[in-house]
Amino acid sequence: MTRKQYIKLIVYVFLALLAVISALPFYMMIVNATRDTKEILSGFSFIPGSSLVENYETMMDYVNIWLGFKNSLIVSVSVTVLSGYFSALTAFGFAVYNFKGKNPLFIFMLLMMMVPGQLGLIGFYELNKFIGTLDTFIPLIVPAIASPFVVFFLRQYLATTLHPTLLEAARMDGASELKIFHTIALPIMMPAVATMSIFTFIGSWNNYIVPLVVLFSPEKFTLPVLMGFLKGSQVAQNLGSMYIGIAISVVPIMVAFLFFSKYIISSISAGSVKE
Amino acid sequence: MKKLDYKGYFFIAPFFAIFLVFNIYPVLLTFYYTFTSYEGYGTPEFIGLTNYIRIFSDTYFYEAFFNTWKIWGLNFALQLGIALLLAALFSDLRFKIKGLGFFRAIFYLPNLITISSVAILFSIMLDWRHGSVNMFLQQIGIISEPINWLNQPVTAQVSVALILTWMWFGYTFIVLMAGVSGIPGELYEAALIDGANRWQTFVHITLPLLKPIMLYVMITSLIGGLQLFDLPMLITDGLGAPEGSLNTMVLYLYNQAFRYNNYGYAATIAYALFLITVIFSAITFKSMYRKSVKE
Repeated sequence: MTRKQYIKLIVYVFLALLAVISALPFYMMIVNATRDTKEILSGFSFIPGSSLVENYETMMDYVNIWLGFKNSLIVSVSVTVLSGYFSALTAFGFAVYNFKGKNPLFIFMLLMMMVPGQLGLIGFYELNKFIGTLDTFIPLIVPAIASPFVVFFLRQYLATTLHPTLLEAARMDGASELKIFHTIALPIMMPAVATMSIFTFIGSWNNYIVPLVVLFSPEKFTLPVLMGFLKGSQVAQNLGSMYIGIAISVVPIMVAFLFFSKYIISSISAGSVKE
Repeated sequence: MKKLDYKGYFFIAPFFAIFLVFNIYPVLLTFYYTFTSYEGYGTPEFIGLTNYIRIFSDTYFYEAFFNTWKIWGLNFALQLGIALLLAALFSDLRFKIKGLGFFRAIFYLPNLITISSVAILFSIMLDWRHGSVNMFLQQIGIISEPINWLNQPVTAQVSVALILTWMWFGYTFIVLMAGVSGIPGELYEAALIDGANRWQTFVHITLPLLKPIMLYVMITSLIGGLQLFDLPMLITDGLGAPEGSLNTMVLYLYNQAFRYNNYGYAATIAYALFLITVIFSAITFKSMYRKSVKE
C-alpha cells in the first residue's frame, strides 16, 4: 500500500468510529430494553436478552407510554397544520398587498423572532392561568398560529415564485382574494410549507419546557414530560423497563428519519446557505 | 401594485391577534413582574429595582452564568473542531471520500432525538456502578475503578458538554458542508495544480470562505446554548447537582419560578438572560464581521 492509501484507510477508520459513536447509545438502549435488571447490572453486553415482554409489561403497569405518544402526536400534528396554514396566509398578505404599516409590522415581527422563548415564559404561564387554559393543550397548540420564522421563510419564497400576472388573471376571472390564496398561492407554497413543517413537527415533538410548565395531569403529559415523570417514578428501579420506555419515545423518530433523511438534510443545507 | 390595498390586513390579522396575546403580552407581563415580588397569587407587590439589585449580587446566578458558558464553550469548540475536520476531509479532492450521504445521516441522527430521552438515557448509562459506560470502559480495560461521572462537578460538566457535542457535531457538519459545496471547485483544482498541500488548501481556501457560515453556526449555537435546560434538568436531580455544577441560567429561572414561586425574581433572570444573549450575539457578529472585512 502506498502512503496515500494508508492515510485514506485511517480516514475511513476515523469516520467509521464516529459513526459507531453516533449510533452506539441507541443500540445499547435497544439491547438493554431486552435484558432484565439483573442482567444489566451484571455487565455490559452487545447481545440482546429475552426480557423484552416482561420489561414492557412492568413499564405499562406504571405508565401508559402510548397515551403520552398520542398526546404528543395530537399536539405536534395540530401545531404543524396551524403553523403551516396561518404562516402561508400571513406570508401571502405581506407579499401581495400594499397597506399602511406593512414594513414596520414585518420588521417588528423579525425583531421578535430574535427573542428567546423563555423571556415570556412566566407571563405566558400567568396568562394561561388567567384565561383558564392551564393543563390543556391550548397553550401548546394555539400559539403556533403566530410562527414568525415560518412567515419570514414563506414570504421570501413567495417573492421569488409568485408572479403578479397570475394574480391579475385570477382577479379578471372574478375569483375572490381568499380563493386566489387557496387555489393559486397555497399550492405554489406547498414545497416550502412542507420543508418548514418537518422542522415545526420535530420542534414541537421535542419541546420540553412549555408542556412541563403548563401540564399537571399525567394523562395529559406529552412524551418528553412523561419521560421525566418516568425517571422520577418507581419504574426507574427497573432498568430494563426504563430502557424500553426511552426506546419507545425514540424509535418512531428514528424510523421517520430513515424515510426523510435526504429531505431533512437538504433542507438544513438550503436554510443555512440562504441566510 | 403601488395602490394601497387594505385586504392585506385580513390576511395578517390572525397572526397578529395570536402574536399579541400569546407572545407580546406575556413578554410585557414578565417585564412588569421584574419590578414586583409576585409569588403566584394575589396582587403583585411593587418593589422597584430590588430584583435587579439582587441579581447583581446573586452568587447562584453568577454560578449559573459561568456553568452555562463552560458547558457551551467546551461543547462548541469540540463540535466545531470535529465538523471542520470532517468538512476538510470530505472536500479534499485527493481523498475522494465516498458515502457522504450515509455519514451525514448517521452523524445527524443524535440531533433528531428528543433531548429529554437523551438526558434520561445518559443518566442511566453514566450511572456510577451499573451504567453501561463504566462497565464498557472497565471490560476493555481503559479504567480500573468506576468513575462517578455525574457526581463530581468537573466530570458532570464535561459529560454534559460531550453529550451536547455528540448531539450537535453532525448538524454543524451538514451546515459547513453546505458552505463547502458553495465554494467553486476551480479554487481547489487551482490549489492542487499549484501544489498546495492539504493544510494550506484548508487554511487559505476552505476556512476563509466558510467564515460567514461559521458565524451563522456560532450565533445559533450560542443562542441555543445559553438556553440550555432539558439536559441538566433531567440528567441529575433537576436542581443542578452535583454541587450546583449543572445549574444553568434557564434551570435557575425554572426553579426560581416553578419550584420556589419567586415569579418576580425569575422574571428578572429571564430579562438578564435576554440581555446577555443580545450582547454576546452582537459581540460575536461584530468581531467575526470585522475580521472578514479586513481580510
